[in-house]
Amino acid sequence: MSQLQRIDYAAVAPLIVVSGAAVAVLVADLFLPLGRRALSIWLALAGTVGALVTAVLAGTGPRRTFCVPGTTLPGGVRTGTSCSYVVDHFTVLLTVIFCVAAAVCLLLSVAPVAEDRLPAGEYGFLILCSLAGMITIAAARDLITIVVALEVLTLPVYVLAGLRRGDPRSAEAALKFFLVSVLSGAVTLFGVSLVYGLTGAVHLDRVAAALAQRQDLRHLSLTAAAVLLVVVGFAFKVSAVPFHWWAPDTYQGAPVPIAAFLATASKSAGFAGLLLVLLVAFRPYAFVWGPVLAVLAAATMTLGNLVALRQRHMVRLLAWSSVAQAGYLLVPLGVAAGSGGRSDGDLRTAGAATLAFLSLYVAMSLGAFACVAWVTRDKPGNAIEDYRGLVRRSPVVAVALAFFLLCLAGLPPGFAGLFAKVVVFRSALVGGAGVLALIMAVNTVIGLYYYLRVAALVFAGPAEAVRPAMALRAVAAGRPRSLAVAAAIGVTVIGTVVLGFAPQLVISAGNLAGLP
Amino acid sequence: MILVGVLALPALGALLLALLPAHLDRSARWVGVAVTAATFLVSLALLDGRSSGAKGDWQHVDVRWVPAIDLRFHLGVDGISLPLVVLTTLLTLLCAIYTVHSLPAPGRAGTMLALVLVLEVGMVGTFLARDLLLFFVFFEVVLAPMYFLIAVWGGPQARHAATKFVLYTLLGSVLLLVGLLTVYAAAGTLDMVALAHAHGSGIARSTQGAAFLLLFAGLAVKSPLWPVHTWLPDAHTEAPTVGSVLLAGVLLKMGTYGLIRVALPIVPAGAERFAPLLAVLAVAGIGVGTLACFTQTDLKRLVAYSSVGHMGFVLLGISTLSEVGVQAALFGNIAHGVITSLLFFAVGGIKERFRTSEMAAIGGGLAKRLPRLGALLTLAAVASLGLPGLAGFWGEAFAVLAAYRPAASLDRTLYLTLAVLAAVGAALAAAYFLRMLRSVVAGPPPAAAQHAAAVPDASPVELLAWAPLALLGVVLGLYPALVLDLTKPAVALLVTALPG
Repeated sequence: MSQLQRIDYAAVAPLIVVSGAAVAVLVADLFLPLGRRALSIWLALAGTVGALVTAVLAGTGPRRTFCVPGTTLPGGVRTGTSCSYVVDHFTVLLTVIFCVAAAVCLLLSVAPVAEDRLPAGEYGFLILCSLAGMITIAAARDLITIVVALEVLTLPVYVLAGLRRGDPRSAEAALKFFLVSVLSGAVTLFGVSLVYGLTGAVHLDRVAAALAQRQDLRHLSLTAAAVLLVVVGFAFKVSAVPFHWWAPDTYQGAPVPIAAFLATASKSAGFAGLLLVLLVAFRPYAFVWGPVLAVLAAATMTLGNLVALRQRHMVRLLAWSSVAQAGYLLVPLGVAAGSGGRSDGDLRTAGAATLAFLSLYVAMSLGAFACVAWVTRDKPGNAIEDYRGLVRRSPVVAVALAFFLLCLAGLPPGFAGLFAKVVVFRSALVGGAGVLALIMAVNTVIGLYYYLRVAALVFAGPAEAVRPAMALRAVAAGRPRSLAVAAAIGVTVIGTVVLGFAPQLVISAGNLAGLP
Repeated sequence: MILVGVLALPALGALLLALLPAHLDRSARWVGVAVTAATFLVSLALLDGRSSGAKGDWQHVDVRWVPAIDLRFHLGVDGISLPLVVLTTLLTLLCAIYTVHSLPAPGRAGTMLALVLVLEVGMVGTFLARDLLLFFVFFEVVLAPMYFLIAVWGGPQARHAATKFVLYTLLGSVLLLVGLLTVYAAAGTLDMVALAHAHGSGIARSTQGAAFLLLFAGLAVKSPLWPVHTWLPDAHTEAPTVGSVLLAGVLLKMGTYGLIRVALPIVPAGAERFAPLLAVLAVAGIGVGTLACFTQTDLKRLVAYSSVGHMGFVLLGISTLSEVGVQAALFGNIAHGVITSLLFFAVGGIKERFRTSEMAAIGGGLAKRLPRLGALLTLAAVASLGLPGLAGFWGEAFAVLAAYRPAASLDRTLYLTLAVLAAVGAALAAAYFLRMLRSVVAGPPPAAAQHAAAVPDASPVELLAWAPLALLGVVLGLYPALVLDLTKPAVALLVTALPG
């Protein structure tokens, strides 16, 4: 029992910082004068940055805590010490992703909060709570902790999605997201309970050992069902087809910073859980989940891209594009469909490739949302047509938006998107999944069409119907420029450019310590 | 160092031009000329270190870039790369000079030249890369700037044409990526020099076949090969003059260069298996390009379709897998780059003056109305139709010759038939160019043109931009060894890799 008492506080330090900041924000909000409410957002931002710094300072250990001693599982499977909370390269990289995404979303929220369109204290508090859940999921190494973390990170987002009070769309966004999350959470939990019933273990390494060693489980179709139920739960979270339909409505209805949060931080958390469960716990069952993920990947990118072609609303376009990108993200895992892609080395490559793509995607996608947040202040309608001739109104933002869209399409001059594409293609071809690579090749071309359409519109001349005088009036009616949004755009541009030249930072950093 | 410089100079220049404030737009043109001139001079310094008969790279840079995916920043220059690099830097310089004279709507010289310089980085990088992924990275760099060059500074249908261009070429480049990574998955390295030395040993024949098909499909779109050439006439017609010149002069060569540098030596068994397919499609391209020229009424479209025909000869040369054929292809690349660029400059000059490139609207008598422009157009057209003594002749003559005697492992009868068809195509090319000259340059000026005396002849700046190409067209025609001596040893090294 003594091991239970020993907690490695350095390992949980980022979590403590975030939780402390969340409480501080809530309390501070009570005492702040009405006009200074935005201060609580800055306080939340400080908490996020603090967590990021703490996570980096605590290092990649690996640090293990909340451990239980070795035992013998049903079926005679012997195990060593297992820990529920592990901080390694994987955890730190994801914690950095989550913190950066949360920080950028908070920057985007400063102006709406200051103009009293969103409640300040609750807003910062909820984002930090969700961030705490995300940091936990990256470090979680047992199924129960993963499920709890998933709920912790999702619950605050229901409220955040519905924060545009008085807007029925916002209410719809929150309700849809709520129903989907509850359902997917329940499905995951059901799968987890089956896994526990079959193996007698919840720790990921123990589940893996039991699944690998017990031949009696192999012949049980229930085992495969349990694995698939857990996968389905996560498929909702990462908005993979056919569990994607909530995403466009929810993104559109939610405030833009929250849509950005959903598309980046929340999606990354879903992938973190998926990677842990598949690559650690269900590793011996790659022959079961591999083909499923290959099909999910192909369907997700194809449908996401095809529907994105027809969008007229900017946030919906980005929502469908994020569905398509989730498809690319699933490709490395889908490589396990073929027997050539199931060796330990292949699975490690797959994990690293997914994480690398995820990091690059988060940088590019946050940038695109930041530009959208800037434009939303002038044109809250967010129709794609509103972006016509943006270069004359805000030249720098226009260039930045075009840069991010081209990055998402995988084209230089931003090498981030190009390397993201290369990493995924590489894992597919090295793993022998040529067909998946060809499907993705076609999808990349479809994707370019809609990204480029918007990028070109940004530089286009005014449509004949719009007279200059009207355009001028529209600008005059806009809200004052927000320095915080400008800062968010600047941070994401710098981050994306740096990652483009040094993708090594994220490609090699993501190796899971738990993998052999 | 020179290798890095030839990429860093235009990259820094592009950054400088992009950051230049709008009111300095006039001086942006001079910055563009200065940067491209410096790059051109540096690219000449790439000759440094070459001993006569040098086979491999005589200069190279090789540093790690992204170890996690085995990507190295590996550049080198040999006899195959050098002529293309110099052609690129020269054409970019001439384009910058031309921009001083004329800037298409909507202006903004700084932005346009920044895009041109980014293009230059991509083009030069493609020719210098010695790492498969680095090659791909540079190959992709050209897409976005060329798209914006066409879409923003192009004609009325420019957006549509630019989208078509970029979608076709992106499809090509992702197939190329899949092909390159297939090679990597089989061979375990991205080093083009090592892979070329291995002559495909260590890669299974079936994998070589699949890899060649993918590389071939990817590069064919760029070259362009029939039937994936349809983006080219649209893109050329709508592109501004500078865009057309770089597109025809250099971008198309990236496809044929890739076939010679990557597809032939690295997967030779695949090349041997599918070379007849390449040959048949190449000759089909010659036929389609030539016949389409007869129905064109627009000068730009005419030149664009003639490009399809000329690149067919280059691809035919490659498909013979013989030393003569590959030499012909490399020479044809350079000759086509020089001549077609001159044609596009001349046609662009005409379009700017008459606000149309429809032959009927221009009317005849250009030789009388605008003697200098007419003379340049005539020279370019005659060079393009392959008159002996001018640059266009050698590449096509050698390509047909090579098809007469292809590599031993190939089907001789098929290639003989193709050689005959290609020769007929060359003769027809003479016919349509002469027809064009008759209707535009020769004859009396149309009656309506009497009052149009205000149309000025070629200005000194234009002549400065065009004269080097006219000169090169003649020099290469009289002294083809200028290029062939450079390429010969490198090709000999490469052809030993080929079967037969």
